[in-house]
Amino acid sequence: MLTSGIILLSGGLLSPNPGLIFWTAVTFVLVLLILKKLAWGPIITALEEREKGIQSAIDRAHNAKDEAESILRKNRETLAKADAEAERIIREGKEYGEKLRSEMTEKAHEEAKKMITSAKEEIEQEKLRALDVLRNEVADLAVMGAEKIIKSSLDADMQKKIVDSMIQDLSSKRN
Amino acid sequence: MKPVIVKQAKAFLKVLALAVPLLMSAGVPSSAAPAEVGSAMHDSAAVTAEAAGAHTEAAAHGAEAGHSEKPGDVIMHHILDSNVFAFEPFGEVELPKIVVGGFDISITKHVVMMWLAAALVLIVFGAVGSQYAKMTSKDAPKGLANAMEALVDFIRLDVAKSNIGPGYEKHLPYLLTVFFFILLCNVLGLVPYGATATGNVNVTLTLAVFTFFITQVASLKAHGLKGYAAHLTAGTHWSLWIIMIPIEIIGLFTKPFALTVRLFANMTAGHIVILSLIFISFILKSYIVAVAVSVPFSIFIYLLEIFVAFLQAFIFTMLSALFIGLATAHDGHDEHEAGVAHH
Repeated sequence: MLTSGIILLSGGLLSPNPGLIFWTAVTFVLVLLILKKLAWGPIITALEEREKGIQSAIDRAHNAKDEAESILRKNRETLAKADAEAERIIREGKEYGEKLRSEMTEKAHEEAKKMITSAKEEIEQEKLRALDVLRNEVADLAVMGAEKIIKSSLDADMQKKIVDSMIQDLSSKRN
Repeated sequence: MKPVIVKQAKAFLKVLALAVPLLMSAGVPSSAAPAEVGSAMHDSAAVTAEAAGAHTEAAAHGAEAGHSEKPGDVIMHHILDSNVFAFEPFGEVELPKIVVGGFDISITKHVVMMWLAAALVLIVFGAVGSQYAKMTSKDAPKGLANAMEALVDFIRLDVAKSNIGPGYEKHLPYLLTVFFFILLCNVLGLVPYGATATGNVNVTLTLAVFTFFITQVASLKAHGLKGYAAHLTAGTHWSLWIIMIPIEIIGLFTKPFALTVRLFANMTAGHIVILSLIFISFILKSYIVAVAVSVPFSIFIYLLEIFVAFLQAFIFTMLSALFIGLATAHDGHDEHEAGVAHH
């Protein structure tokens, strides 16, 4: 057993072998170069591409979500705007209608007033004219009465009788 | 030996556990029994180079005689590199000896195992890579590509990105290659008839030297020549430089040295433990020890070795990434912050 231990230590376990070093180097370098060309290139490119693809897919999903949210927000805004617009139009229409109604009423009132005024004026004028005619007629009658008085101015009683009768006459005639 | 050969071919542990008492009751000559059971045990534990050793043993001295070389020699024979690739009991393959310009660059057992690992890595990742080249980013990976993607992504994110930080992509091919190459070498060492190339200090040293050079180049690129030189003084007063510079230089070399020894020792130790456990039954010449100690314990260590194969590949890669990260990290806190922000 002792000898075997000595053999383990001295039996060439650590002895250099230039040939093996040479072949190791050659083999390893060749394997490295061939694999770099054949395998690592495509594999690593594919892995990186996939990583990028996943990242971009995630980014795209986020972007799409943001976009959808912004569209939704815009839609809501538009809807709110449309609502406000409709309300405004209705309100304006109501206001306009109200205004129109009040205006028309006012106008009608004015018109009526105007008509009443003009009617009143006409009545007044008619009245004045009638009074004029009456005045003329009264004057004429007075003149005629005076004539008759003058004609029969012999006796005061007579005269009085005549005037009375004439006035009576006049009043009966008027009525 | 014939019935035992058949059993070797089947090589199921449970069958063996039943066969041992049978052999005992059959009255096999006591001298032959330990050798038979022993060689059966070799395969039952599926120890890598076990068979090769048994073969050598048989060829040199004759297994029938029941006496063997010193166990230490046999164990070392399994662990060490050799020019013969043995497939006990089917035969052996002499590997070519090549000497160029005085340098012995023979194809040894470990070179063959390394090439096998390289070929497997190339086949697997060639297929996976071509599948990825055909895929668009919308396709999901399937089958082998999916399985490998988990490992590749693990190295990419948890090893490279978290240790190196910004600019990790440059070093990714090296880290991925080193991980899968070491992993395959480790695992192939656990396959019957295989040998662990990463259990050879020359192999691990070469890999660690790659990490060393990559670390130094990354450091030079990140800090420039001036910054690199400033690192060697560790920011101390000039009067201390005579002490600091040698310490820092030694520090540069301890990292790859640690990498070398860690991988090599881990891969070697497990094999030595398995072989030693099996040789207990040889030394004690006892079936009871074989059934009660050698087999269960070597199976336990074998399962542990599978875990260690993955763990050591991961640790080598992890530490390489860490060293690169340390070498490229900026000293200035602000600079680092800026770098992070920039990233």
